[in-house]
Amino acid sequence: MNAAGFPLLSLLTFLPLVGAGILLFIRGEEAVVASNARWTALWTSLIVFGLSLILWFSFDKTTADYQFVEQMTWMPEFGLGYHLGVDGISVLFVLLSTLLTPICILASWESVQTRVREYMIAFLVLETMMIGMFASLDMLMFYIFFEGVLVPMFLIIGVWGGARRVYAAYKLFLYTLLGSLLMLLAILTLWYMAGTTSIPELMKLQIPRNMQIWMFLAFFASFAVKVPMWPVHTWLPDAHVEAPTAGSVILAGVLLKMGGYGFLRFSVPLLPEATEWFAPLIFALSVIAVIYTSLVAMAQEDMKKLIAYSSVAHMGIVTLGIFVMNHQGLSGAIFQMLSHGIVSGALFLCVGVVYDRVHSREINRYGGVAKVMPVYAVLFMGFTMASVALPGTAGFPGEFLVLVGAWQVNPWVAFFAGFSMILGACYMLWLYRRVLFGRITKDEIKHLLDLSPREWLTFAPLVVLTLWMGLYPSSFTSFFDASVTALLARHEAALALPRLAGM
Amino acid sequence: MYLGAIFFPLIGSLITGLFGRLIGDKPAQWIGVFFMALSAICGAVNFFNVALGHAPVMVDLGTWIDVGGLQVSWALRYDTIAAAMVAMVTLISTMIHIYSVGYMSHDATPTRFFSYLSLFTFMMLMLVTADNLAQLFFGWEGIGLASYLLIGYWYERESANRAAMKAFIVNRVGDLFFMMGMALTFWTFGTIEFDGIFQGVAAAQDKTIGGIPAIELIAFLLFGGAMGKSAQIGLHTWLPDAMEGPTPVSALIHAATLVTAGVFLMARMSPVIEYAPNALGFITFIGATTAFFAATIGCVQNDIKRVIAYSTCSQLGYMFFAVGVGAYQGAIFHLITHAFFKALLFLSAGSVIHAMSDEQDIRKMGGIWRKIPLTYAMFWIGSLALAGIPFFAGYYSKDFVLEAAYAGHGWTASYAFVMGMIAALLTAFYSWRLIIMTFHGKPRADHHVMEHVHESPAVMTLPLIVLAIGALFSGALLADYFVGHDWLAFWNGSIVNQPNNHIMHDAHEVPSWVPLAPTVAGVVGIAVGYIFYMFVPAIPGRLAASFPGLYRFLLNKWYFDELYDAIFVQPARKLAFWLWKVGDAKVIDGMPNGAAALTASAAGRVTRFQNGRVANYAFTMIIGLVLFVSIFLFGIGR
Repeated sequence: MNAAGFPLLSLLTFLPLVGAGILLFIRGEEAVVASNARWTALWTSLIVFGLSLILWFSFDKTTADYQFVEQMTWMPEFGLGYHLGVDGISVLFVLLSTLLTPICILASWESVQTRVREYMIAFLVLETMMIGMFASLDMLMFYIFFEGVLVPMFLIIGVWGGARRVYAAYKLFLYTLLGSLLMLLAILTLWYMAGTTSIPELMKLQIPRNMQIWMFLAFFASFAVKVPMWPVHTWLPDAHVEAPTAGSVILAGVLLKMGGYGFLRFSVPLLPEATEWFAPLIFALSVIAVIYTSLVAMAQEDMKKLIAYSSVAHMGIVTLGIFVMNHQGLSGAIFQMLSHGIVSGALFLCVGVVYDRVHSREINRYGGVAKVMPVYAVLFMGFTMASVALPGTAGFPGEFLVLVGAWQVNPWVAFFAGFSMILGACYMLWLYRRVLFGRITKDEIKHLLDLSPREWLTFAPLVVLTLWMGLYPSSFTSFFDASVTALLARHEAALALPRLAGM
Repeated sequence: MYLGAIFFPLIGSLITGLFGRLIGDKPAQWIGVFFMALSAICGAVNFFNVALGHAPVMVDLGTWIDVGGLQVSWALRYDTIAAAMVAMVTLISTMIHIYSVGYMSHDATPTRFFSYLSLFTFMMLMLVTADNLAQLFFGWEGIGLASYLLIGYWYERESANRAAMKAFIVNRVGDLFFMMGMALTFWTFGTIEFDGIFQGVAAAQDKTIGGIPAIELIAFLLFGGAMGKSAQIGLHTWLPDAMEGPTPVSALIHAATLVTAGVFLMARMSPVIEYAPNALGFITFIGATTAFFAATIGCVQNDIKRVIAYSTCSQLGYMFFAVGVGAYQGAIFHLITHAFFKALLFLSAGSVIHAMSDEQDIRKMGGIWRKIPLTYAMFWIGSLALAGIPFFAGYYSKDFVLEAAYAGHGWTASYAFVMGMIAALLTAFYSWRLIIMTFHGKPRADHHVMEHVHESPAVMTLPLIVLAIGALFSGALLADYFVGHDWLAFWNGSIVNQPNNHIMHDAHEVPSWVPLAPTVAGVVGIAVGYIFYMFVPAIPGRLAASFPGLYRFLLNKWYFDELYDAIFVQPARKLAFWLWKVGDAKVIDGMPNGAAALTASAAGRVTRFQNGRVANYAFTMIIGLVLFVSIFLFGIGR
């Protein structure tokens, strides 16, 4: 039943929680507590990452079935149970979460100085929630983890954030919660219809067409906010701006992917007819997102806000790819989510590096940084290029596949979504030029130090992945190839049924 | 050998870039040169084996993308056209690396420069040896990146940064069309590997998309990409500004290699675009217009590098209309001879700039030919080749291109011939205007500068001499293979002319005045140049005074920059700001914030005990939850 021979996914999910529990019992002077908390959190997350590598090596790529499954009945009369497992779609997201958490902890090593222990606890709880969400095969568990992510994130922004942190934290919380409530409604309906909350069981359900439409809207309300899609994206720039660096990294790297993952896990397989019916609307919203938010990004004066808006544009490509419903589009969308997790995370880290030194995110405060921080300039350039989808970097295969896939559905959609190529270059190069190029005119810039060894360590895995994903994306696409094929076959079969009936 | 030609520059780039500071400036530079030279040797050997030995080779390097029938591999495709390009690129790049050792000797970070230069070469080589459109796009974007980095090499200059950004973004506009072309190619052929595409052409001829034949649309879209990279009219605005980069960059990238990538793409895709007659007509028209338009601007510019840049733009127009009339072989021939003499001209210009203490305005030069005789001679050779004077390289290729235009069918071909002839005359004219204003007459620079005028060191003049040999003999040596009686065996199927395209034959059957005409136009242009600037120097001023409108129109480069600024840049800026401040802040955020404020005040009245926003929001949530559950229950009860 389980390729690892032991309950790997449960271990991955709850080990961070154990780490957080240990942190609770650390006593002593404040400096000692802080230091111990950092090391404990780092080791916990590293062990989790190390364990999660088992997934990478022993995942069977030839099948679309769920693997590493753990199942226990809890309340069989209600169809509730404890059910974990990963398939090709979710396995890489689990790895993304386990990879980014230690990086985030390293990135907060020096920049977080107040309530370090609580901060680390929040991060470890967050990791539990993220992994649990991606590994859940029970709808109710999924919902609990999905919502549970919000709590530590709310605290991370609200306690360790910037000046308007409370406003931003509430905005994040309310936007996502309002959507989730509708999703809860849909989940309850499904439970009521199927008598079980197990996702594999639910997939056997045939849902009437008009019911599909309502349920699609309910799920959509939750996932669209999480992605975020235009026009429910405005919580994201605020949240990013106020969040501490590591918070932004997780927010962009993993939390935004929850929406796309939700579409792939629920909306698309469960509601095929509604997916077909709503696809044009999603295309419209995605294309608007790409062009609108790219333009808005160009006008930004705040580095983090600019990258936040660019995230919305990139996620527009993702939602487009999911709903074109062909192999290139879907694979491209999943790949784009992964690469965006790496690249935008890295870009937020890049902002964090100079923020730690100058304590400002305002672009006008900088200029000429490349002169004093050449290594940093090279890294930033690399991630900028990945963000504008230069072939050979992680950003390219996803965007390329989505555009190729979209063309097969509607060439105009592909064309307008392709504007991200031009506009993306505009805002990213404009940012780079104003921050790193030019003559140094401000005194505080003159004496900046280049990357420290710790910062090097945080960037190194991201650099490797950015190039690896760009040069040899097959090692990632092969993970979800079988699952995407199965998903498409399912979709075709589901659509063929009513067509036959209609004849 | 095959791998070496491509990957030695990458190794060189990594070593100089990553370890340059450890190794030290001078050794690192020579390491860069060494790897480039190795690559050039491989390139030359490969050219003999593949092109002259008629033995095309495929080197498979592995899978890149493999998703649901879309398979793309990393591979090196050595056929005649690729081998010819590799040989040319590696040779010229080596010369420019050597030259740069001298030219950049006073620079603060020469290793960074060498790293970029080698990286560029690697990307260009990946482009020309690509086995599929995606790998070609990899090289295509890679050279775009390298060009961006090199134009903005002196990043403390605002003008350099602006030019670099402009180059990247204008190219991206073309790239969008390239990307769409790739998507359509996959839609049409089910593959983007060249072999698969070329085999599927016959079957794909009936496919239409939106009423347009798919092959026509592919040709249009890919040409859109080529227009950006090769600076054709409309997307040319980045090229003159790109002269902000160091001069060796202008020689390598903005004359010999990068800008010719578009021409290469058209030739590589010849089996497809041969079947797109309308697109070919359009290509001819754009090429011919560019050849003429850039030449007119070249006549009035005062920056030595900008004159040569417009000349490059104009010569690229020649290559495109050769493609348009179906004479791809002629286009590639002109591409290669042009690479030699244009690189020579740029490097000579660099030598002049070096001698004149970084002065680029030809109005402040003059009277220096005795002081730098070697550079002066090199400039003459380059200009003679450019003007198409007999037995210099440009003579063979330009003549052939114009003959092909004359022999081509349709009004666009005739238009191309006429425009090409006018441009040939203008080319000779502005070249001699440049020579005379730069080297002759009274010195117009101040005496400090004049005292320092000196011939460049050997490390700079040696590459000049090698390139001059190319500018002298490459035409005569290669003509038979590229466009003469051996062309069919030489190209060996790497360029395809459709069965009823006899242009390669017809171009040699034109009336006897046609081959003579470009030479006459060149000589007339030179004569006019001498009269205007040597013998009666009052004429240009009087002309400018009597046609002020036309003069300003040319001086301001047909107002393209101003036009684009008004149509695209400013509106985009305003729209961006408006969307942010009104769209996001007022409209989208207005709704929830307004709702929040409303509930807050309402809740404040209802629940007086609980103050503060937390409670308000929680209250809203509970109300919401109740509402939803009610609806849910209502639904079940029905």
